Amino acid sequence: MNTEILGIILMFTLTVLLAIPLGRYIAKVYSGESTFLDPIFNPLEKHFFRISGINIRQEMTWKQHLIALLTINFLWFFWAMFILMNQGWLPWNPDKNPSMSADLAFNTAISFVANTNLQHYSGETGMSYLGQIVCLTFFQFISAGAGMAICVVVFNAMKERTSEKLGNFYNYFLKSCTRILLPLSLIVATIIVFNGTPMNIEGKASFISMQAGDTVQLSRGPAAAMVAIKQLGTNGGGFFGVNSAHPLENPNYLTNIVENVSIILIPIAMVFALGFYLKRKRLSLMIFGVMTLGFLLFLLPSVYLEMKGNTAISSMGISQQLGSMEGKEVRFGSAASAYWGITTTVTSNGSVNAMHDSFTPLTGMFALLGMMVNAFYGGVGVGFLNFYIFIIIAVFISGLMVGRTPEFMGKKIEAREMKIATIIALLHPLLILAGTALSSYVFVVHPNIGWLNNPSFHGFSEMLYEYTSSAANNGSGFEGLGDNTLWWNITCGIIMILSRFLPIIGPVAIAGILANKKYIPESAGTLKTDTSTFGLMVFAVIMILAALSFFPALTLGPISEFFTIQ
Amino acid sequence: MKSQILPAIKLTFLSLVLLAIVYPLIILGIAQFAPNSGKVQFIERNNKIIGAENVGQKFDQDRYFYSRPSVVNYNAASSGGSNKGPSNPDYLATVQARIDTFLVHNPTVAKADIPSELVTASGSGLDPHISPKGALVQVDRIAKKRNISNEKLINLIKINTEKPFLGLFGTEKINVLKLNLALDNLK
Repeated sequence: MNTEILGIILMFTLTVLLAIPLGRYIAKVYSGESTFLDPIFNPLEKHFFRISGINIRQEMTWKQHLIALLTINFLWFFWAMFILMNQGWLPWNPDKNPSMSADLAFNTAISFVANTNLQHYSGETGMSYLGQIVCLTFFQFISAGAGMAICVVVFNAMKERTSEKLGNFYNYFLKSCTRILLPLSLIVATIIVFNGTPMNIEGKASFISMQAGDTVQLSRGPAAAMVAIKQLGTNGGGFFGVNSAHPLENPNYLTNIVENVSIILIPIAMVFALGFYLKRKRLSLMIFGVMTLGFLLFLLPSVYLEMKGNTAISSMGISQQLGSMEGKEVRFGSAASAYWGITTTVTSNGSVNAMHDSFTPLTGMFALLGMMVNAFYGGVGVGFLNFYIFIIIAVFISGLMVGRTPEFMGKKIEAREMKIATIIALLHPLLILAGTALSSYVFVVHPNIGWLNNPSFHGFSEMLYEYTSSAANNGSGFEGLGDNTLWWNITCGIIMILSRFLPIIGPVAIAGILANKKYIPESAGTLKTDTSTFGLMVFAVIMILAALSFFPALTLGPISEFFTIQ
Repeated sequence: MKSQILPAIKLTFLSLVLLAIVYPLIILGIAQFAPNSGKVQFIERNNKIIGAENVGQKFDQDRYFYSRPSVVNYNAASSGGSNKGPSNPDYLATVQARIDTFLVHNPTVAKADIPSELVTASGSGLDPHISPKGALVQVDRIAKKRNISNEKLINLIKINTEKPFLGLFGTEKINVLKLNLALDNLK
């Protein structure tokens, strides 16, 4: 069989095989059972909590959780702003890179606080080493940890009981960082550093090029530490400008496997963790099944199309034996690039190993769809929250269809929960489409504004992609877009912050309200939610919502482009 | 909210120490055992550093195997791809021009044999590799230019071909810098 196809089969198999034991481990961490890392982290965490004055036995209600989350994120934003706007004169800046302008710092700070990692700067020229480590790498841990912590709150709310006590936010947050993200990052960073990803503190190196004999400057730095966590925490913000397409950030096929597995490992493991944590394995299998179905639906045509190549280039009469190679690297090939492209967009990762702007039209569309749905695996923690919203809607609709009271996990779903769920489900298309519409308007009024790197339908796709990526907290881009301008920095910043926190507040509120309701034990009249029938129902809800919201915009962008080069 | 601020500040500070100071230092420590202590592996010739093993550089003269087109001109301090969409007419004209130029320099090659990676820009602008086929189509030109037999060059390509990972996964490829070094050493 084709070795490129084998490569992606290996990656997916490996991910699922690792995600099952990891899910079991994550469930143990959150339920406070003993694990093999206790001797190191028990004393460490105890000291952290003692010094911070936090009593982890003090359980919080859903509102207290949200207050804790928003407060700490608010503080983080100022730390990020301070570092980004002052890195130019702060120490450890060997390449003498400048401080960021206020609007760029605003965008970048929100981007990293919100686990998005949209980058309107380029790593080599826009960040000091200090900024890369104490700001960006740091945020890649804590924003992921915060997302996972809030996911556990929803897990707690799904327990078969009536209670408003949903655990302690700080406890879940710190344990996510220390016991899950940190150990995995150490493993991944070690593997990639031995395969050629730099981890050094000196500035640029230089060499004399072989053919021309001129001096070439070579950027390097403490990359390995950052690359590991950017992959594992569904962050995606690369050390170098072109992210994991860079030959130092992702030097060979092995590092590509490790980095790509890292993208979806924790999102999948969180789904299994739900099953272990609540002892509802069938439910987590149903969720995993629906997510995988959606993922494969986007993946398979993308791999096929990238391997087939660009039809416009085929008609020039050359050989596309490696597929569509514009924006791709030979060491990965087009199959592994398409696989990365879809895994990074269905999760909210957003790192890239090929330029998405140069994908063939429909692959670009599937990448967009991955972010528009944003719940096929999804970001660490928050991916499940998005899925939870779809479950609530599906429970309600199917309850109406078969004439039963809509119940989920023994709790009745009523008007208030449905209102919240609907608002959250519609917020995502609203932000994306309103942003794109506004920008399109500005572009039409000022055609010389110079944003777009491509004309016609593809230019529209560039704008659509930027807002979709912001709203999905993804961070990848059709990077041809000239996005480091006041307009894009501010609008994307606002969209990122709204679409990070509202889709957290909504599901947590629903879960909190449900947790407080009377528990109704399962009976013959209960709609079963852990069956494949219900799974298909959720899948239908997701696809119908996505199609109704986004089909017109996709028609104007990638679908029209597809037909122009046939 | 007020009662949360102080714990949040303290916990953030402690996490900063652990995740942004201790963790990078551990990796930095581990890196000391990695190839060239994690400072990028370089290649030397006559005691001069002529490149980094993993980072592509520009080869566009006829006496060397060409590397891939790069929109950043192989500037290793500022990576980047073209970000051109597949239907962009300017972009397609660029590719057509690259094909025409290639055919002028390689008159023995049929158009249908030109592999696309030789006329499309890589994602990073620093792609160090081409495919074995991408090297083979250049053999006639280099053989003529350097007065070496085709067999010798084909053999050189064979030696420098890197198999897929574990022989099973991913693409076959050739590091252009290493290939050209070996080419210079042929004489």
